[in-house]
Amino acid sequence: MTDLLDGEWRRPARALLTIRRVEVVVFLALPFLVAAVALSVVSGVTEAIAVAVAGLVTTGLSLVGVERRWQAWGYAERQEDLLVRRGVLVRRTSVVPYGRMQYVDVTAGPLDRRLGLARVTLHTAAAASDASIPGLPAEEATRLRDRLAALGEARAAGL
Amino acid sequence: MADGWQRLHPLSPILRGWRVLLLLVAAFGQQSFQQSGELDPLYIGLGVLASTAVAVLLGFVAWHRTRYRLTATELQIDSGVLQRRSRRVPLARLQAVDVVRPVVARVLGLAELRLEVVGGGRTEAPLAYLTEDDAQALRTRLLASVAGRTEEQPEAAHEAVLVTVPTGTLVASVVLGPLLVASAVMFLLLIGAAAVEPAAALPLAAAALPAYAGVVTFAGRRALQEYGFTVSESTDGLRLRHGLLDTRSQTIPDGRVQAVRVLEPLFWRPFGWVRVEIDVAGYGGGRGEQQSATKALLPVAPRALAEALVGRVLGGGLPVASAPVPARARWRAPLSRRKLKAGLDDRHLVTTHGVLTTTTDVVPLAKVQSLRMTSGPWQQRLGLATLHADTAGRRLPGGKAHHRDADEARLLLAELADRTRLARQGA
Repeated sequence: MTDLLDGEWRRPARALLTIRRVEVVVFLALPFLVAAVALSVVSGVTEAIAVAVAGLVTTGLSLVGVERRWQAWGYAERQEDLLVRRGVLVRRTSVVPYGRMQYVDVTAGPLDRRLGLARVTLHTAAAASDASIPGLPAEEATRLRDRLAALGEARAAGL
Repeated sequence: MADGWQRLHPLSPILRGWRVLLLLVAAFGQQSFQQSGELDPLYIGLGVLASTAVAVLLGFVAWHRTRYRLTATELQIDSGVLQRRSRRVPLARLQAVDVVRPVVARVLGLAELRLEVVGGGRTEAPLAYLTEDDAQALRTRLLASVAGRTEEQPEAAHEAVLVTVPTGTLVASVVLGPLLVASAVMFLLLIGAAAVEPAAALPLAAAALPAYAGVVTFAGRRALQEYGFTVSESTDGLRLRHGLLDTRSQTIPDGRVQAVRVLEPLFWRPFGWVRVEIDVAGYGGGRGEQQSATKALLPVAPRALAEALVGRVLGGGLPVASAPVPARARWRAPLSRRKLKAGLDDRHLVTTHGVLTTTTDVVPLAKVQSLRMTSGPWQQRLGLATLHADTAGRRLPGGKAHHRDADEARLLLAELADRTRLARQGA
């Protein structure tokens, strides 16, 4: 039998990694920097350096983590179902048959829009289904949505 | 009314609002009690009267505006005073029909009809209240339409009782469940405390009491709900009747069961008893009232009987969950490793887990919505993965094969993807 995970996998755009890196810098590195500067003024240089080092380490680890998470994303359109895999710490693989799809969402945040990205989410009647693909170029997202909708209609199955 | 439109029973607003009314009277009563010096009791009485009158009037208008009608393909319900609502429920989408009789309604000979459909947070189309005869007749017509029978006046479906749960067994099973565990824990706690520090025993008992009371309430409610549990089979599908004070009669047409769970608590094992729960799409979306509805297909029964019933509900024999997990899974699930098994055939996935309560989940492959494989950090280190088969039911988690060998899990995932597709197309 063929291994599911051997198929042809597509990946999110590299711009998604850029977004994740920006997020790390803004929400992690920047607060540490501000704290370090504030400490150097208020208390002393030693504390400031300690905070700066802690900030550097966590930022560095987060940057590595973000990259590995980005690398872990993948999706494959098979004959009858969509495969989505993701996660490093907790690795997840989802199989969603086209016929089970109830609706498809395409969403894009402000940063996503700026870089021309969007997220495609598949919903089934099961609350636990979690097939969602971030960081798709807008035209790929549209293509995928339309294809999924068409396939879903063609293969629709009752509950 | 014209065109087949019908109204609910005229007593409905009072039946639905009597609790609110009681609350109102109590609130006013308390007010008058506290402020008796400042306010004339006459005004308070008038206040109660006036608000009662307004409530009754509103209830009457709401009742007057609510009407329903059954056509060949759908149930139509119009309601609402300010915000009008007109609802159409396609009968093909009906998952289950319940007739519920709260104790007060029973006294008056009334019943509520609940239609379970998928989507939305709660029972989407409750008809409260109808006379019992109307409720029965409407249910018969609804189910006949679902089954594709189109007679003008369908006869009541033939019904054969499969199982009745004896009251003694039910009470014993409830006592031998969480109640016994909680009582034992409470007892040991008190003995221990009294031995070590006698003065601390009483405060400890007081502190543990609410939790204990919760368990007792849960057990009591379950016994009340599942009293006189009867499973019968009719041409309309499966029919479950139960309840001592509030009674409920559920009808589940064929092929609506999303998942089945068989539970075997520790203290039931000497008696060979098991409990069977089922999940139907549409049940249990909301909170509160919905949670009070039992999931049971059979609250307690000998294993052989329960298995025969499950086979009947799911149509045919089930695979045996026999494939064990690798020995290294003990590092991840030391207590339950021996209980973790999985079995698969062309139509069903069967998985087991649980330490104190052995739990067997059966999922018909034709009902699987999506498949997932997850592997946490510790699992990855051990080369393990967990498979999930998700269904549209919300009360049971579907199938979950814990801690399988990672390579086996990948093959199983591919296998399940194929088999669910075939099962879906065959269905």
